[in-house]
Amino acid sequence: MTHHHFIANFTVARSEEPLNKEDFMSGEMVRWCPGCGSHAILNSVEQVFPRIGYKKENFMIVSGIGCSSRFPYYVNTYGFHGIHGRASAIATGVKLANPHLSVWIATGDGDSMAIGGNHFIHLIRRNVDVNLLLFNNQIYGLTKGQYSPTSPMGTVTKTSPQGTIEHPFNPGELVIGSQGTFFARVADSNQKMMTDVMFEAARHDGTSVIEILQNCIIFADKSFAGVTDKDVRDNRQLHLVHGQPMLFGKNKENGIRLNGTRLEVVTIGQNGVPLEDILVHDQYRADPGIHLMLAKMAPPLYPIALGVIRSASFSTYDDQVEEQVRIGKATGKYRNVDDLLNSGDVFDVK
Amino acid sequence: MHKRSKILELDEVVVKFAGDSGDGMQLTGTLFSDAAVKAGNDLATFPDFPAEIRAPHNTIAGVSGFQVHIGKHRILTTGDSCDVLVAMNPASLKANIQWVKPGAMIIVDADAFEEKAFTIAGYKDNPLDNGSLDSFQLIKASISTMTAEAVSELNVERKVADKTRNMFALGMMLFIFNRPLEPTIEYLHRKFEKNATMYEANKLVLQAGYGYADTLEVSRSIYMVSPANIEKGKYRTIMGNTATAWGLLAASERSGRPLFLGSYPITPATEIMVELAKHKSLGVKVLQAEDEIAGICSAIGASFAGSLAVTTTSGPGLSLKSEAIGLAVMTELPLVIIDVQRAGPSTGMPTKSEQSDLYQALFGRNGECPLVVMAASSPADCFYAAYEAAKIAMEHMTPVILLSDGYIGNGSQLFKIPKVAELAEIRPPLAKANDPNYKPYLRDPETLVRQWALPGTEGLRHRVGGLEKQNVEGNVSTNPANHQNMVDLRAAKIQKVADFIDEQTVLGEKDGDLLVVSWGGTHGAITSAVTALQGKGAKICLAHFKHIMPLPKNTEDLFKAFKRIVVCELNSGQFVNYLRMTLPGFKYHQINKVQGLPFMVSELVEKFNLLLENQ
Ligand code: SF4
Repeated sequence: MTHHHFIANFTVARSEEPLNKEDFMSGEMVRWCPGCGSHAILNSVEQVFPRIGYKKENFMIVSGIGCSSRFPYYVNTYGFHGIHGRASAIATGVKLANPHLSVWIATGDGDSMAIGGNHFIHLIRRNVDVNLLLFNNQIYGLTKGQYSPTSPMGTVTKTSPQGTIEHPFNPGELVIGSQGTFFARVADSNQKMMTDVMFEAARHDGTSVIEILQNCIIFADKSFAGVTDKDVRDNRQLHLVHGQPMLFGKNKENGIRLNGTRLEVVTIGQNGVPLEDILVHDQYRADPGIHLMLAKMAPPLYPIALGVIRSASFSTYDDQVEEQVRIGKATGKYRNVDDLLNSGDVFDVK
Repeated sequence: MHKRSKILELDEVVVKFAGDSGDGMQLTGTLFSDAAVKAGNDLATFPDFPAEIRAPHNTIAGVSGFQVHIGKHRILTTGDSCDVLVAMNPASLKANIQWVKPGAMIIVDADAFEEKAFTIAGYKDNPLDNGSLDSFQLIKASISTMTAEAVSELNVERKVADKTRNMFALGMMLFIFNRPLEPTIEYLHRKFEKNATMYEANKLVLQAGYGYADTLEVSRSIYMVSPANIEKGKYRTIMGNTATAWGLLAASERSGRPLFLGSYPITPATEIMVELAKHKSLGVKVLQAEDEIAGICSAIGASFAGSLAVTTTSGPGLSLKSEAIGLAVMTELPLVIIDVQRAGPSTGMPTKSEQSDLYQALFGRNGECPLVVMAASSPADCFYAAYEAAKIAMEHMTPVILLSDGYIGNGSQLFKIPKVAELAEIRPPLAKANDPNYKPYLRDPETLVRQWALPGTEGLRHRVGGLEKQNVEGNVSTNPANHQNMVDLRAAKIQKVADFIDEQTVLGEKDGDLLVVSWGGTHGAITSAVTALQGKGAKICLAHFKHIMPLPKNTEDLFKAFKRIVVCELNSGQFVNYLRMTLPGFKYHQINKVQGLPFMVSELVEKFNLLLENQ
């Protein structure tokens, strides 16, 4: 792909033999509720890891706390189940210590947007080359149903009996606001798209954030029904494909057009709108303006954007760390600690 | 030229340079110390920074000081009070006069004692004229005026000339202490390589100060401090925080595990990060994290991935790291946590030193959460303490909290340069690729230590985390008997470290009337006080602890041989209470001080005497 330069100096070793899903199943009993959207995410990861093709031992999954964060136990890789909110910080350390690993973070809206908000934005700002799966179910599941930073305003939960009075975060907006280089959104109900997007995330150099609209069947069931139900999804989902016009609707009759500085929904042929007016998705553009507008689109005025919204190429933090170490070693004064100990003002006592 | 009429031989001298924060006192003190080192003296130094970066001009809050203690014998403290005070303005005189010995020499820049300046400092009238300094050897030098004269031929601005006033004071001091000017001139030459005018100005002023001192009646007695009788070898001076950083680098090189530091800036620990950030050539990776928590969590991630992982902080930061320390205990990963203590609680007094984080280090976590706690005892010892902390962390797969403090962290001392190859070997328990018997929590029967299986190694994929694990297998477990077992194993693993550390030593005889017990950064003052009393025939000894958790195995036996035990520390009694709990069979006396100041040798001597008398 011509737009996409691979600048990483440090690549992950590839497996010599072909791998399959079974290679990544840990055999540990999966403890999510039956019908929870997380099962589909696990399934996608087990499918995409062999497709990515790195050696089994070079995958590493890090998580925080919450329903999502049981994830590492279920995948047969190196895994680290951290503490609440800190998965991004732990993963940063892993990746810096060993840039030859493919590092994945499993986290939720509470874990990454509330208690771990600081680590989340700084991971993205640094552009550490890791992949972050954001299980967004708009609720605290493991603690049994309190509102989260992504719960829509007015959501009634155990801790908001009269409805929430907080503005929710839109994860995509937060990612792009934090200088994010990769943001994608998928629904747990679309396994194929989820797997494809994970594959793209793995190929991206830098922090790849995938927001997964994950249904919590117990405490926030049908939170995303307004965009994922069969009868509405064609008109309420825009599937983004790089290089393709942004079309949606049962027969792809609707599209997104740039009108001045705003996006608008149009119907091809209506009011003389030709196909050429429809925006063509460029996920690789450096300027985040359109990506931000796409991330913010929501019903009722707009469809929700799914797929890879942004995948811009910037240097990664871990590559630059390695580069500084390389330059340090090539030009530094000290070859070893003895040199350092004996540097500067040293004198002999006889 | 006056003849140098009298030479005063001194065993030791304490000198303090003090001025406004922009007056260059740190540099002056450092250069004076370098001259002493080159003359073969032993020394200890301590910079006394103002809490504010640029406090208002001429205020007490803006006073910056540098104290140096030099001697012809081993110097262990920076000195209780000074024999010479150089005060560049009224505020620096006011702030330091309480620490000046009666009859000591005080050199002031008389030009700086204008009404406005001494009023801001809190004097009602000029202290140079009101007789309040009659008991001192006061030298009123017009330093500003003479500095301006010295550089007049260079046509530099007054503001620029004023910046060199510190060199005038230094020149005077070098004359008074009979030191050559050349090394300082060479230093100036290097420093101002690209600025010939500044070099000239500083040099002229330095020489002017030297020449001026020569004309003074009072300084015709030259102070001589003969070379100290120190062990043969290669030496340098080293700051405690630098020594800590270097000890970690040495441990990384010796163990073959790359060094990773995840930290957040905090006074007085920041210099460790600053130092390590310089050494990319030695393969160090430093992450200046977004907060204290990210600092330690990134270090835990790096540890899992195979680095010698370190986080550095001070008290408030240690509080923030507590939960993550528990994670490192639970996952049984090596981690070095360095707490350069300062006066607390909360923000407390960031630039003042204290030993009040011991409880936090020992107990400040949820659950049954044991780890190794150590303390460094001097600036030079920071090197060895950091090295040993890293060795224990890796060999015993545990977090280690190393307590330093602001006093030894910022202080400096002579340091005999070791050879890395001669330091104790470090053998991390790395798991072998494709080991069919590998289990995450399978333990070495002798040490109870689990293996370190690094991601990327074939055949060792496994998962760890903060949830309780089944021993050996490492699966998540809430089994009651297993939890009991794991709690016991984690505690026993830490106790077993005692089998691998040095026995506690005693300074003095194996028995006696009084055993002084101390730990950490008070080593210098307490040793000085104990040796002084030993010199007078008192049956007093010192056990200064480096290992706190676990205690050295011989501690109890050692305590038994003394009639009285007194525990001295810069807190309200944290170590003494820990000893009461751990070794309850003894009656412990205690000496405590919580003023943000180190112990003074004189106050210790006085208190020890009382304990020796009232047997
Ligand atoms: S509580 Fe909700 S999010 Fe958690 S496992 Fe059950 S369904 Fe999934």
